[in-house]
Amino acid sequence: MEEIIKVENLTHTYGVGTPFERSAVEGMSLSVYRGELLGLIGHTGSGKSTLIQHLNGLLRPTAGRVLLDGQDIWAEPKKIRDVRFRVGLVFQYPEYQLFEETAYRDIAFGPTNMGLSGEELDRRVRDAARFAGLDERLLDKSPFTLSGGQKRRVAIAGVIAMEPEVLVLDEPSAGLDPRGREELLEHIRAYHRERGNTVVLVSHSMEEIARYADRIVVLARGRTLMSGTPREVFSRGSELVRAGLDVPQATRVAMELQKRGLAIDPAVYTVEDLAAALLALRKGGGC
Amino acid sequence: MSTMIETKDLSYTYPGGEGTAATLALDGVTLSIARGSFVVVLGHNGSGKSTFAKTLNAVLLPGGGTVWVDGMDTKNEALLLEIRRRVGMVFQNPDNQIVANVVEEDVAFAPENLGVPTAEIRQRVDDALEAVGMTEFTLHAPHLLSGGQKQRIAIAGVLAMLPECIVLDEATAMLDPMGRREVLNVIEGLHREKDVTVVLITHHMNEAEHADRVIVMDDGHVAMDGTPREVFSRAEELRALGLAVPDTVALLRELKANGLDVPTDAITVSDCADAIMDAMKQHA
Amino acid sequence: MLKDITLGQYFPGDTLAHRLDPRTKLLAVVCYIVAIFSCHTLWAYGTMALTLAVAARISKVSARALFRGLRPVLFIITFTAVLNLFYTPGETLWTWWVLRVTREGLYTALAMVTRITLLITGTFLLTYTTSPIRLTDGLESLLAPLKKLRVPVHELAMMMSIALRFIPTLIEETDKIMSAQKARGADFESGGLIRRAKALIPLLVPLFISAFRRADELATAMECRCYHGGEGRTKLHVLHFAARDYAVLAFYIVLAAAIVALG
Repeated sequence: MEEIIKVENLTHTYGVGTPFERSAVEGMSLSVYRGELLGLIGHTGSGKSTLIQHLNGLLRPTAGRVLLDGQDIWAEPKKIRDVRFRVGLVFQYPEYQLFEETAYRDIAFGPTNMGLSGEELDRRVRDAARFAGLDERLLDKSPFTLSGGQKRRVAIAGVIAMEPEVLVLDEPSAGLDPRGREELLEHIRAYHRERGNTVVLVSHSMEEIARYADRIVVLARGRTLMSGTPREVFSRGSELVRAGLDVPQATRVAMELQKRGLAIDPAVYTVEDLAAALLALRKGGGC
Repeated sequence: MSTMIETKDLSYTYPGGEGTAATLALDGVTLSIARGSFVVVLGHNGSGKSTFAKTLNAVLLPGGGTVWVDGMDTKNEALLLEIRRRVGMVFQNPDNQIVANVVEEDVAFAPENLGVPTAEIRQRVDDALEAVGMTEFTLHAPHLLSGGQKQRIAIAGVLAMLPECIVLDEATAMLDPMGRREVLNVIEGLHREKDVTVVLITHHMNEAEHADRVIVMDDGHVAMDGTPREVFSRAEELRALGLAVPDTVALLRELKANGLDVPTDAITVSDCADAIMDAMKQHA
Repeated sequence: MLKDITLGQYFPGDTLAHRLDPRTKLLAVVCYIVAIFSCHTLWAYGTMALTLAVAARISKVSARALFRGLRPVLFIITFTAVLNLFYTPGETLWTWWVLRVTREGLYTALAMVTRITLLITGTFLLTYTTSPIRLTDGLESLLAPLKKLRVPVHELAMMMSIALRFIPTLIEETDKIMSAQKARGADFESGGLIRRAKALIPLLVPLFISAFRRADELATAMECRCYHGGEGRTKLHVLHFAARDYAVLAFYIVLAAAIVALG
């Protein structure tokens, strides 16, 4: 697989020379492969917010490098804006960044900054709105009259409209109710499948990551703790728990069953897989 | 058990603004919440659950019907302070409910407003911070704390009023799993040890695990009301209301559908594992 | 970075300076300011600088932290210095093209820079060692006599302490919104004045909306905690003067008197 982003030995120190000096990221390395849907987990303070702001050059490494398509993104600091168009970053609670008079114009902000106009701009805005699951009729409304979930979609569409090669979303479903979460994540998955673009999904929710990611990178205390397929990662459930992270509820049930003497693989991470494993076990009489 | 809060035919309408219609957020809610109970209110966004919470201590006054706190009508302005003292409220955004720059001074805010003598304020602040496990942060600046810690400070700020009931209006929605667990542990501790009545508004199903009672709201009505086991056994209805059952219940239902004889109402991970073990043994 | 602004920031600690009654510190700062404006000799400036250095040492505030507070006003300081340097008439020291530096100009410029620096770092020392709530408590108590003239002293003090409480939060928020807009290609750093002002719209609109939302939620949260104005309010920390307060106050009064008389 081809690496689209490679982070090498990244270190970032905040507040150099103040009483609040601290390293949020220390010697972190990881790869993002072209076309994958990567899940990034780590609790608050693991360095994930700092990391993702390095991926599009919002922060500059104190030490180490970030490579995009093999090129150091800081090779030519004057061209850093181009990197931001290629790696689109959706912040947490992105609805708080909306400012335009209509949803349409807000979505057009990014592509306009890229110098686009006319038909191409219009196409991008409409495509992005569709990918984010935003009803076309809402485009002419003021974003401030929309519901919380709709505002969130406008904000996400605003980044998708730049048609970035890599889309990074920080907790896109935070604060939404169960139906809102599921709908939004399904739209992101559909975008990933249809466009074939690389997506990095940052989330606290293990269930969400387990369900949607092809591959998972776990961060803890400013470093990469582990990476691999969901199965590989969740098979190390007790390590995750030690790092202050959750494991999916299905994995927790499997771990409990194993503790109670059932011969089950605790690396299952979805309800469907666990049910299937249990039913197979019953058929085999493996109790 | 005596009644802590009672509502009768409670309704509330948000006035419409320019170009937006007025919305009926609560429509004839009649409920009574027992003293010392732990009630979880579930519902999707816009179901009216937050509006309901805000009527419980007179932040919003009923548009129709009545709310009584300990028998006091919330519309009686003379009783306003006493009602708010008895029913403390913790909100969603931890940053927007902390008033002071130092933890202890923030916790002292409510007793100061109530005119409590200085020596007693000190005692209440220390007790409240101990109850939420934040004693070591007494002199810290709140904006440097984590989300979970900020919410614990907010809870301490409410505890310093010596309330009889605490309402948490989606107080865990903006927290990460660790912060959420911190807050829930504190709340469960207060309920268990200090007999505080708890009304927890949320859309995280797992938070209903330890509740005595679950109320599901939809479209301004009470759609379901019962013990967590009763409510979560009605998975299809929950789904139709835009909610989900906890994964443990989903797993048991899936097993049952495929012929394994398990109960479908075990909510906690360990109850769920026990139920599966029993069924597997029986089968063997 | 915006995060480096230290305006109104409090560094918790337990030094003599932290333990002083806020009223003592406020009155001491008043004396200090009076003294600085009365400085005319090198000796006077030296005494004031020494006073500041000792006070900073006692408060355990580093010189670095103290001078960082100057950053936002660096422009004003430079501007004043340049203006005084070139536009004060007097004995010419050096000329080049239309620029002329005079002895008086050099002296005034140096005096101005010293004065502003001492003034700002001195007041910063106050905010570094006094929590904003104690500071407003002190102000409220000192200004209490004005209540008789129907000045809403309590309300003003409350507004001030809330403003101070939200400064770090709003700075953080500004940073966040700025980053989010930069991620969509916003450019806050290049272009002329008008272009730069226009570029601020995507920052200011969300910031105002958020500030209003916060204000609204905070008001509700305060009401829920039984806030109903200053009437009948008690305090966690009741202000009272201790021996150290009288000593410090006496020192500053003597200092100010001496400088006014001799400096």
